[in-house]
Amino acid sequence: MASEGDRRPDLEVEARRSRLLGGLSLEAEGARGVAIALLSTAVFVTVVVVAISQSPGWPEVHRVFFSWDDIRGTFPEIARAFVLNVKIFVVCEVFILVFALLIAVLRSLPGPVFFPLRALAIIYTDLARGVPTILVIALLGFGAPALQLEGVPTSRVFWAGVGLVLIYSGYVAEVYRAGIESVHPSQEAAARSLGLSRAQALRFVILPQAVRRVIPPLLNDFIGLQKDTALVGTLGVIEAFNQSQIDANASFTFGSYLAAAVLFVAITIPLARFTDVLIARDRRRRQASGAFA
Amino acid sequence: MSALALEGVRKSFGANEVLRGIDLALEEEEVVCLIGASGSGKSTLLRCVNLLEPLDAGRILLHGEEITRRGVEVNRIRQRIGIVFQAFNLFPHMTVLRNVMLGPREALKLPRGEAEARALELLGRFGLADRRDEYPDRLSGGQQQRVAIVRALAMRPQLLLLDEVTSALDPELVGEVLNVIRELAEGGMTMLIATHEMGFAREVASRVCFLDAGLILEEGPPDAIFSHPTEARTRQFLERIVQAGRL
Repeated sequence: MASEGDRRPDLEVEARRSRLLGGLSLEAEGARGVAIALLSTAVFVTVVVVAISQSPGWPEVHRVFFSWDDIRGTFPEIARAFVLNVKIFVVCEVFILVFALLIAVLRSLPGPVFFPLRALAIIYTDLARGVPTILVIALLGFGAPALQLEGVPTSRVFWAGVGLVLIYSGYVAEVYRAGIESVHPSQEAAARSLGLSRAQALRFVILPQAVRRVIPPLLNDFIGLQKDTALVGTLGVIEAFNQSQIDANASFTFGSYLAAAVLFVAITIPLARFTDVLIARDRRRRQASGAFA
Repeated sequence: MSALALEGVRKSFGANEVLRGIDLALEEEEVVCLIGASGSGKSTLLRCVNLLEPLDAGRILLHGEEITRRGVEVNRIRQRIGIVFQAFNLFPHMTVLRNVMLGPREALKLPRGEAEARALELLGRFGLADRRDEYPDRLSGGQQQRVAIVRALAMRPQLLLLDEVTSALDPELVGEVLNVIRELAEGGMTMLIATHEMGFAREVASRVCFLDAGLILEEGPPDAIFSHPTEARTRQFLERIVQAGRL
Protein backbone atom coordinates (compact mmCIF):
# COMPACT_ATOMS: atom_id res chain seq x y z
CA MET A 1 0.00 0.00 0.00
CA ALA A 2 1.51 3.26 -1.00
CA SER A 3 0.05 6.71 -1.29
CA GLU A 4 1.11 9.25 -3.89
CA GLY A 5 3.64 10.63 -1.40
CA ASP A 6 5.75 7.58 -0.78
CA ARG A 7 6.09 6.49 -4.37
CA ARG A 8 8.75 9.11 -4.93
CA PRO A 9 11.54 7.38 -2.99
CA ASP A 10 10.89 4.38 -5.25
CA LEU A 11 11.97 6.43 -8.23
CA GLU A 12 15.15 7.56 -6.50
CA VAL A 13 15.93 4.02 -5.48
CA GLU A 14 15.26 3.00 -9.04
CA ALA A 15 17.66 5.59 -10.45
CA ARG A 16 20.36 4.56 -8.01
CA ARG A 17 19.82 0.91 -8.81
CA SER A 18 20.05 1.42 -12.56
CA ARG A 19 23.33 3.29 -12.03
CA LEU A 20 24.58 0.45 -9.84
CA LEU A 21 23.63 -2.08 -12.44
CA GLY A 22 25.53 -0.11 -15.04
CA GLY A 23 22.40 0.76 -16.95
CA LEU A 24 22.70 2.90 -20.06
CA SER A 25 19.91 5.18 -18.95
CA LEU A 26 21.05 8.74 -18.32
CA GLU A 27 17.64 10.25 -17.65
CA ALA A 28 18.37 10.72 -13.96
CA GLU A 29 21.63 12.60 -14.68
CA GLY A 30 20.36 15.43 -16.85
CA ALA A 31 22.24 17.34 -19.57
CA ARG A 32 25.49 17.54 -17.62
CA GLY A 33 25.50 13.76 -17.25
CA VAL A 34 25.00 13.32 -20.98
CA ALA A 35 27.92 15.65 -21.75
CA ILE A 36 30.21 13.77 -19.36
CA ALA A 37 29.16 10.43 -20.84
CA LEU A 38 29.87 11.66 -24.39
CA LEU A 39 33.27 13.04 -23.45
CA SER A 40 34.41 9.95 -21.56
CA THR A 41 33.23 7.71 -24.40
CA ALA A 42 35.14 9.79 -26.96
CA VAL A 43 38.34 9.62 -24.86
CA PHE A 44 37.95 5.89 -24.35
CA VAL A 45 37.37 5.13 -28.04
CA THR A 46 40.29 7.34 -29.09
CA VAL A 47 42.67 5.60 -26.69
CA VAL A 48 41.60 2.15 -27.89
CA VAL A 49 41.81 3.07 -31.59
CA VAL A 50 45.23 4.70 -31.21
CA ALA A 51 46.59 1.78 -29.18
CA ILE A 52 45.47 -0.80 -31.72
CA SER A 53 46.41 1.06 -34.89
CA GLN A 54 49.89 1.87 -33.52
CA SER A 55 50.59 -1.77 -32.71
CA PRO A 56 53.37 -3.36 -34.80
CA GLY A 57 51.18 -6.13 -36.22
CA TRP A 58 48.24 -3.88 -37.13
CA PRO A 59 48.86 -3.56 -40.91
CA GLU A 60 48.92 -7.36 -41.25
CA VAL A 61 45.88 -7.89 -39.02
CA HIS A 62 44.06 -5.16 -40.91
CA ARG A 63 44.77 -6.88 -44.21
CA VAL A 64 43.79 -10.35 -43.03
CA PHE A 65 40.73 -9.55 -40.93
CA PHE A 66 39.40 -6.21 -42.11
CA SER A 67 39.51 -6.46 -45.83
CA TRP A 68 36.28 -4.75 -46.79
CA ASP A 69 36.19 -6.50 -50.17
CA ASP A 70 36.55 -9.80 -48.41
CA ILE A 71 33.77 -9.17 -45.95
CA ARG A 72 31.44 -7.87 -48.63
CA GLY A 73 32.32 -10.63 -51.07
CA THR A 74 31.65 -13.53 -48.73
CA PHE A 75 28.66 -12.02 -46.96
CA PRO A 76 25.87 -13.17 -49.33
CA GLU A 77 27.09 -16.75 -49.35
CA ILE A 78 27.42 -16.86 -45.56
CA ALA A 79 24.04 -15.19 -45.16
CA ARG A 80 22.48 -17.95 -47.26
CA ALA A 81 24.19 -20.57 -45.08
CA PHE A 82 23.03 -18.66 -42.00
CA VAL A 83 19.41 -19.46 -42.89
CA LEU A 84 20.17 -23.00 -41.70
CA ASN A 85 21.36 -21.65 -38.32
CA VAL A 86 18.13 -19.73 -37.95
CA LYS A 87 16.05 -22.79 -38.86
CA ILE A 88 17.93 -25.00 -36.39
CA PHE A 89 17.55 -22.39 -33.70
CA VAL A 90 13.83 -21.80 -34.20
CA VAL A 91 12.89 -25.49 -34.40
CA CYS A 92 15.11 -26.49 -31.44
CA GLU A 93 13.76 -23.65 -29.32
CA VAL A 94 10.20 -24.93 -29.64
CA PHE A 95 11.18 -28.46 -28.60
CA ILE A 96 13.39 -27.20 -25.77
CA LEU A 97 10.57 -25.10 -24.31
CA VAL A 98 8.25 -28.11 -24.19
CA PHE A 99 10.74 -30.81 -23.21
CA ALA A 100 12.41 -28.72 -20.48
CA LEU A 101 9.03 -27.89 -18.97
CA LEU A 102 8.26 -31.60 -18.76
CA ILE A 103 11.58 -32.25 -16.98
CA ALA A 104 11.01 -29.37 -14.58
CA VAL A 105 7.51 -30.57 -13.72
CA LEU A 106 8.80 -34.10 -13.11
CA ARG A 107 11.45 -32.73 -10.81
CA SER A 108 8.94 -30.75 -8.75
CA LEU A 109 6.55 -33.67 -8.17
CA PRO A 110 6.13 -34.10 -4.41
CA GLY A 111 5.97 -37.24 -2.32
CA PRO A 112 7.88 -40.52 -2.10
CA VAL A 113 5.92 -42.18 -4.92
CA PHE A 114 7.52 -39.94 -7.50
CA PHE A 115 11.07 -40.42 -6.23
CA PRO A 116 12.22 -42.37 -9.33
CA LEU A 117 10.91 -39.68 -11.69
CA ARG A 118 12.52 -36.93 -9.63
CA ALA A 119 15.81 -38.84 -9.57
CA LEU A 120 15.65 -39.33 -13.32
CA ALA A 121 15.05 -35.62 -13.89
CA ILE A 122 17.98 -34.72 -11.62
CA ILE A 123 20.35 -37.15 -13.34
CA TYR A 124 19.23 -35.81 -16.70
CA THR A 125 19.80 -32.15 -15.89
CA ASP A 126 23.18 -32.94 -14.32
CA LEU A 127 24.33 -34.85 -17.39
CA ALA A 128 22.95 -32.36 -19.87
CA ARG A 129 24.74 -29.51 -18.17
CA GLY A 130 27.90 -31.51 -17.51
CA VAL A 131 28.77 -32.80 -20.99
CA PRO A 132 30.29 -30.38 -23.53
CA THR A 133 27.76 -29.55 -26.23
CA ILE A 134 30.23 -30.20 -29.01
CA LEU A 135 30.74 -33.79 -27.78
CA VAL A 136 27.03 -34.55 -27.76
CA ILE A 137 26.63 -33.11 -31.23
CA ALA A 138 29.55 -35.20 -32.52
CA LEU A 139 28.32 -38.38 -30.79
CA LEU A 140 24.76 -38.03 -32.10
CA GLY A 141 25.58 -36.45 -35.45
CA PHE A 142 28.09 -39.11 -36.46
CA GLY A 143 26.83 -41.99 -34.31
CA ALA A 144 23.07 -42.08 -34.79
CA PRO A 145 23.05 -42.11 -38.63
CA ALA A 146 25.77 -44.78 -38.57
CA LEU A 147 23.39 -47.16 -36.84
CA GLN A 148 21.39 -47.36 -40.09
CA LEU A 149 18.24 -48.17 -38.18
CA GLU A 150 15.00 -48.52 -40.12
CA GLY A 151 12.87 -45.39 -39.83
CA VAL A 152 15.51 -43.38 -37.99
CA PRO A 153 16.51 -40.16 -39.76
CA THR A 154 20.05 -40.16 -41.12
CA SER A 155 20.34 -36.40 -41.45
CA ARG A 156 23.24 -34.97 -39.47
CA VAL A 157 21.40 -31.70 -39.05
CA PHE A 158 18.52 -33.59 -37.47
CA TRP A 159 20.78 -35.32 -34.96
CA ALA A 160 22.74 -32.17 -34.23
CA GLY A 161 19.40 -30.54 -33.47
CA VAL A 162 18.52 -33.41 -31.15
CA GLY A 163 21.84 -32.84 -29.38
CA LEU A 164 21.14 -29.14 -28.93
CA VAL A 165 17.65 -29.88 -27.62
CA LEU A 166 18.99 -32.43 -25.12
CA ILE A 167 21.72 -30.12 -23.82
CA TYR A 168 19.72 -26.92 -23.65
CA SER A 169 16.71 -28.64 -22.09
CA GLY A 170 18.94 -29.32 -19.09
CA TYR A 171 19.61 -25.61 -18.61
CA VAL A 172 16.10 -24.47 -19.41
CA ALA A 173 14.58 -27.10 -17.09
CA GLU A 174 16.60 -25.60 -14.24
CA VAL A 175 15.34 -22.13 -15.14
CA TYR A 176 11.74 -23.37 -15.13
CA ARG A 177 12.34 -25.15 -11.82
CA ALA A 178 13.59 -21.95 -10.21
CA GLY A 179 10.39 -20.30 -11.43
CA ILE A 180 8.16 -23.06 -10.08
CA GLU A 181 9.88 -22.95 -6.71
CA SER A 182 9.50 -19.17 -6.55
CA VAL A 183 5.70 -19.45 -6.52
CA HIS A 184 4.64 -19.47 -2.88
CA PRO A 185 3.09 -22.75 -1.63
CA SER A 186 0.05 -20.78 -0.48
CA GLN A 187 -0.86 -20.34 -4.15
CA GLU A 188 -1.13 -24.08 -4.57
CA ALA A 189 -3.07 -24.34 -1.31
CA ALA A 190 -5.53 -21.72 -2.59
CA ALA A 191 -6.00 -23.57 -5.87
CA ARG A 192 -6.38 -26.97 -4.20
CA SER A 193 -8.82 -25.53 -1.66
CA LEU A 194 -11.16 -24.71 -4.57
CA GLY A 195 -11.22 -28.40 -5.45
CA LEU A 196 -8.73 -28.20 -8.30
CA SER A 197 -6.54 -31.25 -8.81
CA ARG A 198 -2.77 -31.00 -8.47
CA ALA A 199 -2.43 -30.99 -12.26
CA GLN A 200 -5.03 -28.23 -12.60
CA ALA A 201 -3.31 -26.17 -9.91
CA LEU A 202 -0.05 -26.55 -11.79
CA ARG A 203 -1.59 -25.63 -15.11
CA PHE A 204 -3.77 -22.69 -14.13
CA VAL A 205 -2.01 -21.22 -11.10
CA ILE A 206 1.63 -22.26 -10.67
CA LEU A 207 3.06 -22.54 -14.18
CA PRO A 208 1.62 -19.27 -15.53
CA GLN A 209 3.24 -17.38 -12.66
CA ALA A 210 6.46 -19.40 -12.81
CA VAL A 211 6.98 -18.94 -16.55
CA ARG A 212 6.29 -15.23 -16.38
CA ARG A 213 9.00 -14.78 -13.78
CA VAL A 214 11.67 -16.64 -15.72
CA ILE A 215 11.20 -15.13 -19.18
CA PRO A 216 14.41 -13.04 -18.93
CA PRO A 217 16.67 -15.98 -17.99
CA LEU A 218 14.91 -18.11 -20.61
CA LEU A 219 15.75 -15.57 -23.29
CA ASN A 220 19.31 -15.55 -21.99
CA ASP A 221 19.60 -19.25 -22.66
CA PHE A 222 18.21 -18.75 -26.14
CA ILE A 223 20.87 -16.22 -26.94
CA GLY A 224 23.33 -18.97 -26.03
CA LEU A 225 21.48 -21.44 -28.24
CA GLN A 226 21.61 -19.07 -31.21
CA LYS A 227 25.39 -18.96 -30.94
CA ASP A 228 25.75 -22.69 -30.39
CA THR A 229 24.04 -23.50 -33.69
CA ALA A 230 27.53 -22.82 -35.10
CA LEU A 231 28.62 -26.12 -33.51
CA VAL A 232 26.50 -27.97 -36.08
CA GLY A 233 29.16 -26.92 -38.61
CA THR A 234 31.62 -29.31 -36.96
CA LEU A 235 29.66 -32.17 -38.55
CA GLY A 236 30.53 -30.89 -42.00
CA VAL A 237 27.12 -29.34 -42.48
CA ILE A 238 27.26 -26.07 -44.37
CA GLU A 239 25.98 -23.44 -41.99
CA ALA A 240 27.26 -19.93 -41.41
CA PHE A 241 30.38 -20.84 -39.42
CA ASN A 242 31.43 -23.69 -41.70
CA GLN A 243 30.81 -21.55 -44.79
CA SER A 244 32.96 -18.77 -43.38
CA GLN A 245 35.69 -21.30 -42.64
CA ILE A 246 35.57 -22.54 -46.23
CA ASP A 247 35.82 -18.94 -47.48
CA ALA A 248 38.70 -18.22 -45.11
CA ASN A 249 40.60 -21.26 -46.31
CA ALA A 250 40.09 -20.28 -49.92
CA SER A 251 41.31 -16.70 -49.55
CA PHE A 252 43.75 -16.98 -46.64
CA THR A 253 41.99 -14.01 -45.07
CA PHE A 254 39.52 -13.97 -42.21
CA GLY A 255 37.04 -11.35 -43.35
CA SER A 256 34.48 -14.12 -43.76
CA TYR A 257 34.62 -14.78 -40.00
CA LEU A 258 33.70 -11.17 -39.40
CA ALA A 259 30.82 -11.49 -41.84
CA ALA A 260 29.53 -14.51 -39.91
CA ALA A 261 30.01 -12.72 -36.59
CA VAL A 262 27.97 -9.77 -37.86
CA LEU A 263 25.11 -12.13 -38.77
CA PHE A 264 25.07 -13.77 -35.35
CA VAL A 265 25.23 -10.45 -33.59
CA ALA A 266 22.40 -9.15 -35.77
CA ILE A 267 20.00 -11.66 -34.21
CA THR A 268 21.43 -12.04 -30.69
CA ILE A 269 21.66 -8.35 -29.81
CA PRO A 270 18.00 -7.54 -30.55
CA LEU A 271 17.04 -10.50 -28.37
CA ALA A 272 19.34 -9.28 -25.58
CA ARG A 273 17.80 -5.78 -25.72
CA PHE A 274 14.31 -7.28 -25.81
CA THR A 275 15.21 -9.22 -22.65
CA ASP A 276 16.25 -5.97 -20.95
CA VAL A 277 12.98 -4.33 -21.95
CA LEU A 278 11.02 -7.21 -20.45
CA ILE A 279 13.01 -7.05 -17.21
CA ALA A 280 12.46 -3.30 -16.96
CA ARG A 281 8.75 -3.64 -17.66
CA ASP A 282 8.39 -6.33 -15.05
CA ARG A 283 10.16 -4.17 -12.48
CA ARG A 284 7.94 -1.19 -13.30
CA ARG A 285 4.84 -3.31 -13.05
CA ARG A 286 5.84 -4.60 -9.64
CA GLN A 287 6.53 -1.09 -8.41
CA ALA A 288 3.31 0.30 -9.76
CA SER A 289 1.46 -2.47 -7.96
CA GLY A 290 2.06 -0.70 -4.65
CA ALA A 291 -0.44 2.00 -5.50
CA PHE A 292 -4.07 1.41 -6.30
CA ALA A 293 -5.99 3.24 -8.93
CA MET B 1 -26.73 -34.95 11.83
CA SER B 2 -24.12 -32.24 12.21
CA ALA B 3 -22.95 -30.15 9.28
CA LEU B 4 -19.41 -30.77 10.46
CA ALA B 5 -18.09 -33.08 13.16
CA LEU B 6 -14.52 -33.51 14.38
CA GLU B 7 -13.79 -36.55 16.51
CA GLY B 8 -10.50 -36.93 18.36
CA VAL B 9 -8.53 -35.00 15.75
CA ARG B 10 -4.77 -35.09 16.29
CA LYS B 11 -2.04 -33.53 14.23
CA SER B 12 1.71 -33.18 14.77
CA PHE B 13 4.41 -31.42 12.83
CA GLY B 14 7.49 -33.44 13.72
CA ALA B 15 7.77 -33.57 17.49
CA ASN B 16 5.37 -30.66 17.90
CA GLU B 17 1.83 -31.89 18.56
CA VAL B 18 -0.37 -29.02 17.38
CA LEU B 19 -3.78 -30.63 17.80
CA ARG B 20 -4.14 -33.01 20.74
CA GLY B 21 -7.58 -34.49 20.35
CA ILE B 22 -10.17 -32.02 19.10
CA ASP B 23 -13.89 -32.85 19.36
CA LEU B 24 -16.18 -30.30 17.80
CA ALA B 25 -19.54 -30.30 16.03
CA LEU B 26 -21.22 -27.58 14.00
CA GLU B 27 -24.92 -27.65 13.24
CA GLU B 28 -26.35 -26.35 9.97
CA GLU B 29 -26.25 -22.51 9.81
CA GLU B 30 -24.14 -22.33 12.94
CA VAL B 31 -21.26 -19.86 13.25
CA VAL B 32 -18.48 -21.07 15.54
CA CYS B 33 -15.53 -18.86 16.39
CA LEU B 34 -12.18 -20.30 17.43
CA ILE B 35 -10.19 -18.02 19.71
CA GLY B 36 -6.84 -18.57 21.35
CA ALA B 37 -3.25 -17.43 21.31
CA SER B 38 -1.07 -17.71 18.21
CA GLY B 39 0.17 -21.27 17.98
CA SER B 40 -2.82 -22.73 19.79
CA GLY B 41 -3.77 -24.68 16.67
CA LYS B 42 -6.59 -22.60 15.13
CA SER B 43 -5.15 -22.41 11.63
CA THR B 44 -4.02 -26.04 11.65
CA LEU B 45 -7.52 -27.09 12.67
CA LEU B 46 -9.03 -25.25 9.68
CA ARG B 47 -6.43 -26.64 7.31
CA CYS B 48 -7.21 -30.15 8.54
CA VAL B 49 -10.92 -29.67 7.89
CA ASN B 50 -10.10 -28.55 4.34
CA LEU B 51 -7.87 -31.65 3.97
CA LEU B 52 -4.88 -29.43 3.28
CA GLU B 53 -3.19 -31.28 6.16
CA PRO B 54 -3.63 -35.03 6.71
CA LEU B 55 -4.69 -36.11 10.20
CA ASP B 56 -2.55 -38.27 12.48
CA ALA B 57 -5.60 -39.60 14.31
CA GLY B 58 -9.34 -39.05 14.59
CA ARG B 59 -11.84 -38.36 11.87
CA ILE B 60 -13.85 -35.54 10.34
CA LEU B 61 -17.41 -35.87 9.03
CA LEU B 62 -19.14 -33.51 6.64
CA HIS B 63 -22.90 -33.97 6.76
CA GLY B 64 -22.33 -37.46 8.08
CA GLU B 65 -19.83 -38.47 5.39
CA GLU B 66 -16.39 -39.27 6.72
CA ILE B 67 -14.06 -37.10 4.64
CA THR B 68 -10.83 -38.28 6.27
CA ARG B 69 -11.16 -41.93 5.34
CA ARG B 70 -8.71 -43.50 2.91
CA GLY B 71 -9.45 -43.22 -0.78
CA VAL B 72 -11.84 -40.29 -0.43
CA GLU B 73 -11.90 -37.95 -3.43
CA VAL B 74 -10.31 -34.92 -1.82
CA ASN B 75 -11.03 -32.64 -4.76
CA ARG B 76 -14.74 -33.38 -4.59
CA ILE B 77 -14.75 -32.79 -0.81
CA ARG B 78 -12.87 -29.50 -1.09
CA GLN B 79 -15.48 -28.24 -3.56
CA ARG B 80 -17.96 -28.40 -0.68
CA ILE B 81 -15.73 -26.62 1.85
CA GLY B 82 -14.62 -23.06 1.19
CA ILE B 83 -11.62 -21.56 2.94
CA VAL B 84 -10.41 -17.97 3.11
CA PHE B 85 -6.82 -17.34 4.16
CA GLN B 86 -5.22 -14.63 6.26
CA ALA B 87 -3.01 -13.55 3.33
CA PHE B 88 -5.88 -13.62 0.75
CA ASN B 89 -3.88 -15.88 -1.61
CA LEU B 90 -5.57 -14.48 -4.70
CA PHE B 91 -4.04 -15.53 -8.01
CA PRO B 92 -2.00 -12.45 -9.00
CA HIS B 93 -1.88 -13.28 -12.72
CA MET B 94 -5.66 -13.36 -13.08
CA THR B 95 -8.23 -10.59 -13.04
CA VAL B 96 -10.77 -10.50 -10.22
CA LEU B 97 -13.36 -12.12 -12.47
CA ARG B 98 -11.06 -14.95 -13.53
CA ASN B 99 -10.02 -15.53 -9.91
CA VAL B 100 -13.65 -16.05 -9.00
CA MET B 101 -14.47 -18.10 -12.10
CA LEU B 102 -11.53 -20.53 -11.90
CA GLY B 103 -13.08 -22.91 -9.37
CA PRO B 104 -16.54 -23.10 -10.97
CA ARG B 105 -15.03 -23.47 -14.44
CA GLU B 106 -12.31 -26.03 -13.76
CA ALA B 107 -13.43 -27.89 -10.63
CA LEU B 108 -17.20 -27.83 -11.14
CA LYS B 109 -16.88 -27.83 -14.95
CA LEU B 110 -19.60 -25.20 -15.33
CA PRO B 111 -20.04 -23.69 -18.80
CA ARG B 112 -18.33 -20.31 -19.19
CA GLY B 113 -21.56 -18.34 -19.29
CA GLU B 114 -22.92 -19.91 -16.16
CA ALA B 115 -19.66 -19.51 -14.24
CA GLU B 116 -19.42 -15.88 -15.30
CA ALA B 117 -23.01 -15.13 -14.33
CA ARG B 118 -22.45 -16.70 -10.93
CA ALA B 119 -19.22 -14.73 -10.41
CA LEU B 120 -20.75 -11.42 -11.49
CA GLU B 121 -23.77 -11.91 -9.29
CA LEU B 122 -21.56 -12.45 -6.23
CA LEU B 123 -19.16 -9.62 -7.09
CA GLY B 124 -22.15 -7.32 -7.48
CA ARG B 125 -23.60 -8.39 -4.16
CA PHE B 126 -20.40 -7.51 -2.33
CA GLY B 127 -19.79 -4.21 -4.12
CA LEU B 128 -16.98 -5.45 -6.33
CA ALA B 129 -18.68 -5.40 -9.73
CA ASP B 130 -16.61 -2.45 -10.97
CA ARG B 131 -13.39 -4.27 -10.01
CA ARG B 132 -14.03 -7.32 -12.17
CA ASP B 133 -11.25 -6.57 -14.67
CA GLU B 134 -8.63 -5.38 -12.16
CA TYR B 135 -5.68 -7.48 -11.11
CA PRO B 136 -5.48 -8.23 -7.38
CA ASP B 137 -2.45 -6.01 -6.78
CA ARG B 138 -4.49 -2.99 -7.88
CA LEU B 139 -6.97 -3.54 -5.04
CA SER B 140 -6.83 -2.55 -1.38
CA GLY B 141 -6.34 -5.29 1.18
CA GLY B 142 -9.99 -5.13 2.15
CA GLN B 143 -11.10 -5.48 -1.45
CA GLN B 144 -8.69 -8.36 -2.00
CA GLN B 145 -10.04 -10.20 1.00
CA ARG B 146 -13.62 -9.63 -0.17
CA VAL B 147 -12.67 -11.06 -3.56
CA ALA B 148 -11.15 -14.06 -1.78
CA ILE B 149 -14.41 -14.59 0.08
CA VAL B 150 -16.38 -14.28 -3.17
CA ARG B 151 -14.00 -16.76 -4.79
CA ALA B 152 -14.78 -19.28 -2.05
CA LEU B 153 -18.52 -18.56 -2.24
CA ALA B 154 -18.62 -19.08 -6.00
CA MET B 155 -18.21 -22.80 -5.31
CA ARG B 156 -21.48 -22.69 -3.29
CA PRO B 157 -19.79 -24.42 -0.34
CA GLN B 158 -21.77 -26.12 2.41
CA LEU B 159 -19.25 -24.86 4.93
CA LEU B 160 -16.97 -21.83 4.98
CA LEU B 161 -13.70 -21.74 6.92
CA LEU B 162 -12.21 -18.32 7.69
CA ASP B 163 -8.61 -18.25 8.89
CA GLU B 164 -7.93 -14.92 10.63
CA VAL B 165 -9.16 -13.12 7.55
CA THR B 166 -8.72 -9.64 9.00
CA SER B 167 -5.31 -10.09 10.62
CA ALA B 168 -3.35 -8.88 7.58
CA LEU B 169 -5.53 -5.81 7.04
CA ASP B 170 -5.00 -2.19 8.01
CA PRO B 171 -7.38 -1.33 10.86
CA GLU B 172 -9.57 0.93 8.70
CA LEU B 173 -10.16 -1.91 6.22
CA VAL B 174 -11.24 -4.51 8.79
CA GLY B 175 -14.82 -3.27 8.93
CA GLU B 176 -15.72 -3.88 5.29
CA VAL B 177 -14.57 -7.51 5.54
CA LEU B 178 -16.39 -8.10 8.82
CA ASN B 179 -19.55 -6.68 7.22
CA VAL B 180 -19.34 -9.32 4.53
CA ILE B 181 -19.00 -12.09 7.09
CA ARG B 182 -21.86 -10.65 9.13
CA GLU B 183 -24.03 -10.70 6.02
CA LEU B 184 -23.10 -14.32 5.35
CA ALA B 185 -23.95 -15.27 8.92
CA GLU B 186 -27.36 -13.64 8.58
CA GLY B 187 -27.83 -15.52 5.31
CA GLY B 188 -27.41 -18.80 7.13
CA MET B 189 -23.91 -19.81 6.00
CA THR B 190 -22.34 -22.44 8.23
CA MET B 191 -18.96 -21.04 9.26
CA LEU B 192 -15.97 -22.00 11.33
CA ILE B 193 -13.97 -18.85 12.02
CA ALA B 194 -10.52 -18.48 13.55
CA THR B 195 -10.25 -14.89 14.69
CA HIS B 196 -8.54 -12.36 16.93
CA GLU B 197 -11.46 -9.93 16.61
CA MET B 198 -13.08 -10.64 19.96
CA GLY B 199 -15.79 -8.01 19.61
CA PHE B 200 -16.78 -9.49 16.29
CA ALA B 201 -16.71 -13.04 17.65
CA ARG B 202 -18.96 -12.00 20.47
CA GLU B 203 -21.44 -10.44 18.09
CA VAL B 204 -21.57 -12.96 15.27
CA ALA B 205 -20.79 -16.35 16.85
CA SER B 206 -23.42 -18.76 18.02
CA ARG B 207 -20.67 -20.51 19.92
CA VAL B 208 -17.09 -19.67 20.88
CA CYS B 209 -14.32 -22.22 21.43
CA PHE B 210 -11.18 -21.31 23.31
CA LEU B 211 -8.21 -23.29 21.99
CA ASP B 212 -5.21 -23.75 24.22
CA ALA B 213 -2.18 -25.87 23.33
CA GLY B 214 -4.07 -28.02 20.84
CA LEU B 215 -7.19 -28.64 22.91
CA ILE B 216 -10.59 -26.99 23.10
CA LEU B 217 -10.31 -25.92 26.71
CA GLU B 218 -13.65 -24.21 26.98
CA GLU B 219 -16.63 -23.66 24.72
CA GLY B 220 -20.02 -22.05 25.02
CA PRO B 221 -22.18 -19.09 23.99
CA PRO B 222 -20.14 -15.90 23.46
CA ASP B 223 -21.53 -14.20 26.55
CA ALA B 224 -20.56 -17.07 28.78
CA ILE B 225 -17.02 -17.30 27.39
CA PHE B 226 -16.31 -13.59 27.36
CA SER B 227 -18.12 -12.58 30.55
CA HIS B 228 -17.87 -15.65 32.77
CA PRO B 229 -15.01 -17.85 31.62
CA THR B 230 -14.61 -20.83 33.95
CA GLU B 231 -11.08 -21.86 33.04
CA ALA B 232 -8.11 -19.96 34.44
CA ARG B 233 -6.30 -20.11 31.07
CA THR B 234 -9.29 -18.58 29.28
CA ARG B 235 -9.40 -15.76 31.83
CA GLN B 236 -5.68 -15.12 31.40
CA PHE B 237 -6.01 -15.02 27.62
CA LEU B 238 -8.96 -12.63 27.72
CA GLU B 239 -7.19 -10.39 30.24
CA ARG B 240 -4.24 -10.09 27.92
CA ILE B 241 -6.59 -9.23 25.07
CA VAL B 242 -8.26 -6.55 27.19
CA GLN B 243 -4.87 -5.13 28.15
CA ALA B 244 -3.95 -4.96 24.47
CA GLY B 245 -7.13 -2.95 23.92
CA ARG B 246 -8.66 -5.51 21.58
CA LEU B 247 -11.88 -6.16 23.52
